[in-house]
Amino acid sequence: MSNPKILVFSTNNISDPGIDLAGASHMDYPESVKIITVPCSSGISPKWILNAIKGGFDGVFVAADGTDCPYLTDCTDRTAKIVEKSQELLTTNNLDPRRIKMAAICSVCAESFASHIKKFYKALSELNN
Amino acid sequence: MSDKIGVFVCYCGGNISDFVDVEKVKDTISGEEGVAFAKTNMFTCSDSAQTEMINAIKEKNLDGIVIASCSPKLHLKTFQNMAQRAGLNPYQYTQVNIREQCSWAHTHNKEAATEKAIDLVRAGIAKTRNSIPLNPLRVNTVNQALIIGGGISGLRCALALSEMGIFAHVVEKESKIGGNLNDIGIIFPDHKNGYELIEELEKDIKKRANINIYTNAKLIKKQGSVGNFECDIVSGNEKLTLNVGSIILTTGFKPYTPEPNELGYGHPNVITLVDFKKLLSNNSKKGELIFNGQRVREITYVYCVGSRESTKEDGNKYCSRYCCSAANYTSLLAFDIDPKLKQYHIYRDIRTYGKYEEYYEENLRRGALFFKYDEENPPDISSKGERIKILVKDRLIAKDDILIPCDLLVLVNGMVANENAELNNILKTPIGKDKFYNEIHPKLRPVETVIDGIFIAGTSQGPKNISESVTSSMAAASKTASLLIKGYVNIEPTIAHVIEEKCTGCKLCEHSCPYEAISFVNKTDKVIADINPAICKGCGGCVPDCPEDALEVLGYTHSQINSMIDSMLLEAKEC
Repeated sequence: MSNPKILVFSTNNISDPGIDLAGASHMDYPESVKIITVPCSSGISPKWILNAIKGGFDGVFVAADGTDCPYLTDCTDRTAKIVEKSQELLTTNNLDPRRIKMAAICSVCAESFASHIKKFYKALSELNN
Repeated sequence: MSDKIGVFVCYCGGNISDFVDVEKVKDTISGEEGVAFAKTNMFTCSDSAQTEMINAIKEKNLDGIVIASCSPKLHLKTFQNMAQRAGLNPYQYTQVNIREQCSWAHTHNKEAATEKAIDLVRAGIAKTRNSIPLNPLRVNTVNQALIIGGGISGLRCALALSEMGIFAHVVEKESKIGGNLNDIGIIFPDHKNGYELIEELEKDIKKRANINIYTNAKLIKKQGSVGNFECDIVSGNEKLTLNVGSIILTTGFKPYTPEPNELGYGHPNVITLVDFKKLLSNNSKKGELIFNGQRVREITYVYCVGSRESTKEDGNKYCSRYCCSAANYTSLLAFDIDPKLKQYHIYRDIRTYGKYEEYYEENLRRGALFFKYDEENPPDISSKGERIKILVKDRLIAKDDILIPCDLLVLVNGMVANENAELNNILKTPIGKDKFYNEIHPKLRPVETVIDGIFIAGTSQGPKNISESVTSSMAAASKTASLLIKGYVNIEPTIAHVIEEKCTGCKLCEHSCPYEAISFVNKTDKVIADINPAICKGCGGCVPDCPEDALEVLGYTHSQINSMIDSMLLEAKEC
């Protein structure tokens, strides 16, 4: 049975509180979702994403700061570029670029996080079959 | 590098252990590389558990710790301080969130939640194992504060700061200070007119040299960070720059305006509670209450207008908190004018909490009648000329509708947040679903926001009565003082850093940093990137721009993140 493992990169100030809120509200999402928290989604190295997929994660979800970023006004564009670069890296390594997903998750976006993750989980399950 | 790590896994009194097998987590990870000691605690944050951990750190000579408990938003600082008391570097401590991000999210599958917790703790151990000791950076603070919103909360906060020797700048968007209190009539519990309270504060403020009030004013730009913000404001035609150490938002609320025809709103004899209070406050004739030239004999109140709208899409889901007490108080004011009045209260629940229960009981004694309605069956309002007819189903006494005729219908309207779009765009303060500002933690850090140095108080953070608003503004004043009075703040040392031997001086990172923290310096044999620690915010925006992985953020280094990823996959590889 496919149970895709998902690595989430979240951010200290914005998306991590949103993910906390999903838990505090007992919103269910797959247990195979693991989270690493960084200061800002524009600081994620595409190589980390490649390492995660190569190492055995089925997908990486970038819970981006979006326009709420306390550091960078162009955070959305920067994070999008990182995702693009990571997808290229995956492609050159014969991995499916659809294994990366990005969405802006705000500090209260609990429902949105749970629903994005469930959708991504489903998409990865289909990809694994 | 830490290789004698202590790992502490928390039960959180059942919050974690009901859904995660905490003992199994401890047993599994105690064999991990670098782990010298592992233990579980019922409440890791308790004083006794902290003392035990400090003893363990000292006795076993631990050089790093991992605590698997709640969100770091709650107790990262608690445990960093604990580590420091034990003689450890606080940055060799990692907090693993197995409550909000594990036990609370996965309440249906204990086995899977336990496996996940193990993986998360392994990643935490890997992070601590690859950590290096860091020392906080010290930044001098400016002993001034900017208060946005000159209502009762803002003004009272300014006075409190002034008393502690902190210069307060109050920015008010209207032409005079006072906010909602200017126009709210007589207020409980002190039977004063709202504006009188403001006049008293204003008199006090005028005596002080360390409070500046700016009216017709707004913030147009903010730069800098905690301890040293540079704020541009306009006040009338004047533009000025203020250097402040903290910013306090006391932007208040606005009364909910019912929609046209909502419970008869729009009919001249249907008014809001706020308007009715003004009418009462201005009614000079004892013995009769006059509205639009007519004597009023029967008044009906409908509660929860614009509050507790659980079935309405985009409705205000929250209780506005102050209105039950305010409506009951208002009803007593009306009785004071004309004891023969007939007053009917159509309510959903009466929440005259604390000492305001007295107002409700007094209304019952003086003959007011109360009818309880359901959200699904709101009262039906019709009118004939100036008379209003209300049909209501009282869920406590009858199946049949009760007909209540009256001269005046008062809609007990709640509070809604001010939108402050421009301000929020500048400050990026988090806003909740209810549109009010969000604190970091409702119990433990009730006036702080995720942005260091920006505080919230009064009704900007949710419905409150006046004394509750002032209480929170006092809290914001003390938090500001505790930040500014010592003259410096410690800034997180988790900033970008250049790995010299890897940097080739390619300058691809030259434009990465909008704060211009990156420059280039000559080293013995090459030109390399250099980070200005006072400017760097630690976002890591420069990290992905370096093709050599020579840039990293301390506390989130390449080796830390990569080892966290690997350790989360350990189980999968063993299978």
